[in-house]
Amino acid sequence: MSKALEIRGLRKVYDNGFEALKGIDLCVEEGDFFALLGPNGAGKSTTIGIICSLVKKTAGSVSVFGHSIDSELALAKKEIGIVPQEFNFSNFESVWDIVVNQAGYYGLTRELAEQRAETYLRQLDLWEKRNTASRMLSGGMKRRLMIARALVHEPRLLILDEPTAGVDIELRRSMWAFLKEINQRGTTIILTTHYLEEAESLCRNIAIIDSGEIAENTAMKTLLKQLHRETFVLDTKEPLPDTISIAGFETHKTDEQMLEVALEKGGSLNAVFAALSEQGVEVTSMRNKANRLEELFVSLLAKS
Amino acid sequence: MTTREQWIAFITIVRKEIRRFLRIWMQTLLPPAITMSLYFIIFGALIGSRIGEMGGFTYMEFVVPGLIMMSVITNAYSNVVSSFFGAKFQRFVEEILVSPMSNNTVLWGYVLGGVARGLLVGLIVTLLSLFFTRLHIQHIGVTVGIVLMTSIMFSLAGFINAVYANNFDDVSIVPVFVLTPLTYLGGVFYSIDLLPEFWADVSRLNPMLYIVNAFRYGVLGVSDVNVGTAFLMVGVFTLLAYGYCMYLLNTGKRLRQ
Repeated sequence: MSKALEIRGLRKVYDNGFEALKGIDLCVEEGDFFALLGPNGAGKSTTIGIICSLVKKTAGSVSVFGHSIDSELALAKKEIGIVPQEFNFSNFESVWDIVVNQAGYYGLTRELAEQRAETYLRQLDLWEKRNTASRMLSGGMKRRLMIARALVHEPRLLILDEPTAGVDIELRRSMWAFLKEINQRGTTIILTTHYLEEAESLCRNIAIIDSGEIAENTAMKTLLKQLHRETFVLDTKEPLPDTISIAGFETHKTDEQMLEVALEKGGSLNAVFAALSEQGVEVTSMRNKANRLEELFVSLLAKS
Repeated sequence: MTTREQWIAFITIVRKEIRRFLRIWMQTLLPPAITMSLYFIIFGALIGSRIGEMGGFTYMEFVVPGLIMMSVITNAYSNVVSSFFGAKFQRFVEEILVSPMSNNTVLWGYVLGGVARGLLVGLIVTLLSLFFTRLHIQHIGVTVGIVLMTSIMFSLAGFINAVYANNFDDVSIVPVFVLTPLTYLGGVFYSIDLLPEFWADVSRLNPMLYIVNAFRYGVLGVSDVNVGTAFLMVGVFTLLAYGYCMYLLNTGKRLRQ
């Protein structure tokens, strides 16, 4: 399988002296659904900016489907579709014009551009809004417009920089379904997101970037196996005694009727329930405190 | 990209640019039509009738070529500077920067948009002038050539301004504080023969004088300056502006971080 993206020793120092990337290596296989995670200012958007040639690199190399951005920039650009974090289309143009013009910038004939625009606007539920000025769209529609625009030249690599930021849950899930579908059709996808549940649900491989360095780069499953600890939240029928504790477990009473219990990998929940029963506590419901990936993410960043 | 794909991308930008200034015709086409009509009425018909002849022509005939050229210059410049700066400001310039288009395609797409607006406004002003005077074009080649070269030159200059502009004030500074005064002092309303020798020599340093006079030569057949010098000057400035635009695009200066 060929490499959709290959980054070697990528470094970026901005004019103000800030070193955003400290020589990162990254490889994304063709057909992958890849998550690039990291806290704000970690270097995610700089990396994406360099891949799309919006940011000039200081050192290192970037190849997209074997085309170096140094020697074959136009060929590399043709392979990429980008959905940036912030809205970047004309407020005064219609949805239709924005998508059709973008196809024109990639050299697609007007006829083909219009065919593709119709296809993607229908798939993203924007067809009825095609004659609406983009500024009149809701936030979710604007996000979908940027996805349609990024797909209109049918790139083999789609990069989404926080595509579901500010999007409601229902729409987010429909966008996930759409992204899964185009990935299954063969488009390689790189996703940055703050919703770790999103990365866990969609992506097969993951890289975590922090302070301009790759803290982790592995398969999602492998990463999740590293999880040593999970926190459960228990709701109780009656108010908990002030002296509540469970031998061998870290507990935290967060409310009159709510108890958090931290469980090490391999630990048994039966022991927790037995200890609570002995103290006359009846548990009515239980849930994970946070997404598993979120816990791992926090611990990895703490380490790095 | 193949040559055909580059051509499609170029036509896409040109079409978008033309549609943009047609969509906002109240801001782009109407104001110069009104302003120039007022010039024709006030300077040409009311005051001009008392001034008498200038350079062997009625005052109205004398000022019309300069006013047409002034419209072409300011509109070609303003179109590119406002459009490209708007794209930068709203960040949709990124649509173009991430695409595989060549820098020449991008530049000439915007320049042709500026030329189209400059020529359209020039045509509107010319048609309006026919309500006040008759125009017999003496040298069609000179007339068309200088209008085309001038609109290209000022479109390129507008592009440079847009790249450097940080806010909307920066977009209007050059047209208001540089282009308009230089054009007014560039022999639109008078022949430099009327000026004292010192000020006539100072006027000869103003490039607008050559442009306005070359166009006047095309229309009326008279000029205060050598027309060949005017073409050479516009040609050299156009090449310099083109070279600088390409430098800005190739290096990504102020466009890519």
